[in-house]
Amino acid sequence: MAIKNKYKGNGFQSHENQNSSLSKEILVGLYRDMLRIRRIEEAIESRYHEDEMKSPIHLVMGHEAISVGSCSTLKIDDLIYCGHRTHGHYLAKGGSLKGMLSELYCRANGCSGSRGGSMHLLDKSVGMAGSSAIVAGAIPIATGAALSFQLKQQDRVSVAYLGDAATEEGACWEAVNFAALKKLPVIFFCENNFFSVCSPLEVRQPPNVEIYRKAEGFGLPAVQIDGTNILDVYDSTQEAVARARKGDGPTFIEALTYRWRGHGGAGDDSASGYRDPEEVQHWEQYCPVDGFYDYLIKMNLYSKAEKDLAEKEIKEEIEEAFDFAISSPNPQEIDLYTHVYSQ
Amino acid sequence: MPWAEALLASKSNELPCSQEGRVLSYVDALNEAMALALGLDPNVIVLGQGVNDPKGMFGVTTDLHKKFGVERVFDTPLSEEGLFGVCTGAAMNGIRPVYLHNRPDFLLLAFNQIVSHSSKFHYMDNGETNVPLVAWAAIGRGWGSGAQHSQAIQGLLLGVPGLKIIMPSTPYDAKGLMLTAIADNNPVLIFEHRWCMRNKGVVPEGIYKVPIGEGVYRRKGTDLTIVGTSHSIELATQAVDQLNDTGITADVIDLRTIKPLDEKIILESVQKTGKILIVDTGWEMGGVCAEIGCLVAEKAFSYLKAPVRRIGLPDVPSPAGFTLEQFYYPNEENFSQVIKEMVEKT
Repeated sequence: MAIKNKYKGNGFQSHENQNSSLSKEILVGLYRDMLRIRRIEEAIESRYHEDEMKSPIHLVMGHEAISVGSCSTLKIDDLIYCGHRTHGHYLAKGGSLKGMLSELYCRANGCSGSRGGSMHLLDKSVGMAGSSAIVAGAIPIATGAALSFQLKQQDRVSVAYLGDAATEEGACWEAVNFAALKKLPVIFFCENNFFSVCSPLEVRQPPNVEIYRKAEGFGLPAVQIDGTNILDVYDSTQEAVARARKGDGPTFIEALTYRWRGHGGAGDDSASGYRDPEEVQHWEQYCPVDGFYDYLIKMNLYSKAEKDLAEKEIKEEIEEAFDFAISSPNPQEIDLYTHVYSQ
Repeated sequence: MPWAEALLASKSNELPCSQEGRVLSYVDALNEAMALALGLDPNVIVLGQGVNDPKGMFGVTTDLHKKFGVERVFDTPLSEEGLFGVCTGAAMNGIRPVYLHNRPDFLLLAFNQIVSHSSKFHYMDNGETNVPLVAWAAIGRGWGSGAQHSQAIQGLLLGVPGLKIIMPSTPYDAKGLMLTAIADNNPVLIFEHRWCMRNKGVVPEGIYKVPIGEGVYRRKGTDLTIVGTSHSIELATQAVDQLNDTGITADVIDLRTIKPLDEKIILESVQKTGKILIVDTGWEMGGVCAEIGCLVAEKAFSYLKAPVRRIGLPDVPSPAGFTLEQFYYPNEENFSQVIKEMVEKT
């Protein structure tokens, strides 16, 4: 059953007259980071059919503003936890592209040593502390990290990224309840893209009860924002981070966005009938990356020549990283048996 | 009288202990272990539903919150999966949680975190992150505990890589293994048995450790080997002692840990006696007995003089009523009978 433009986004309509207090350098950096993630995902997608990346992939096209906008408000020792759609968060938190691609190519030097794959990108050195392919599995873990910060009186925050379907799991609300109870420095960041695999929100949650409203019921501040608008994402996350650092407890952010590709693998699968291809096209008009480019141009903060240079640099970086990953060594049999237990 | 106390009062029991020294109850030994750990390491926390209440989780956590503060010793929302995940996340960041449940049945709600998260992160991130957490639960038996308050679920978890599973039977081991578990950098499950928790025994003061993964001989003999843990090995020991007059002697091995399994001590004894009886508080089907039986068949078959025997629970839920319980749980007499059969008829 096709769903005719069921889930409409406001996209950059809300963004046009926005003013940001951020410096030009930061704003351009935000754009460049989003562009980089977009191009990396496109490169992965274009090579996926070669069947050499023997890992399920969950592409983040459409979600770039969330990864970059939120991670940009964090320090390196702040920790992030996420679900199966990891690429954007990993890269935005400062993860190594070579480490990520090596992981996708199942190489020994992948960021998780070929034990994680795309769904479990992990890198403690940049605060990519946990990702779980069991929906909602990482939410209580992020909450536990925040408990450790509170117990150790550390000035750190943790972020739990979750999808709309994660709010259908009990563990999500168990964690939210505990975080509110203990005033933990954690941010619950819900990326509502309206689909869980192929199941639309309307068959999973009752109408007219928005997700952030449910969170509000647990007694913590909750907001709903435009997840394609990086300035909204940045500002709301920054506010939540400040609240957490002050000891005022958790925040729940629901960012509306859209998954341009299928749940997993390469390409858009809307022709299969679970969503209307026109709905995908509708959301593509509100591209978080291109829309922000238009904004920067309009505000005279950026130029076509600067973008061209960025594109060139990103292309070179991606090609080098793919060459690195493909020429990296495979794990040995003995690697299978290491790190089952910590000594 | 509340059921737990009634149960505890129903039989007096004090296992013989070869060491001399201070005698402590099982519950006090556990309390002392946690107090020592809390005092030694500011990263240790103790949590669970009811740890602060006047009953203090059967007395195991009594007054710990008064000594160490409610920031480190605290009652929790029920939320078993959520809180197990919280413990996992805290452990991944240097905290050493001891998360208590009054029954293993409640851990079934946390299987997602136990099986797919706590025991997996060290491996999934290539050894970078440790998960030093202890989950504790006491297996119930009798007085109407029934199908949902007396399940011994260790067999369900035995096959999960990355976990350690401890099942003590004496106050000495309960304290020492608790301390060792808290000091371990992996997720460790401790399954106590409510009937072992009435024991008293010699317990040294201060810190000491009992190694995880090492069994110990409770009795030495020649006619057969009996291996197991917890309340089952306690019953087996009593049965062997009762058979003293018949001249039957057995190696009685308390494994203390079922994962990792002390293969060495099992095989060493079977090579000597040629007969093995495996006992467990859980179901026989697909459980600890089955695993050890297979181990012996694979690695000591040529030494066997008789079929492997096991005593666990039938493939039946725990009944709640007193009379049905008598048919369900193996007792000392059942143990004696099987031992005699194994010695005399084979």
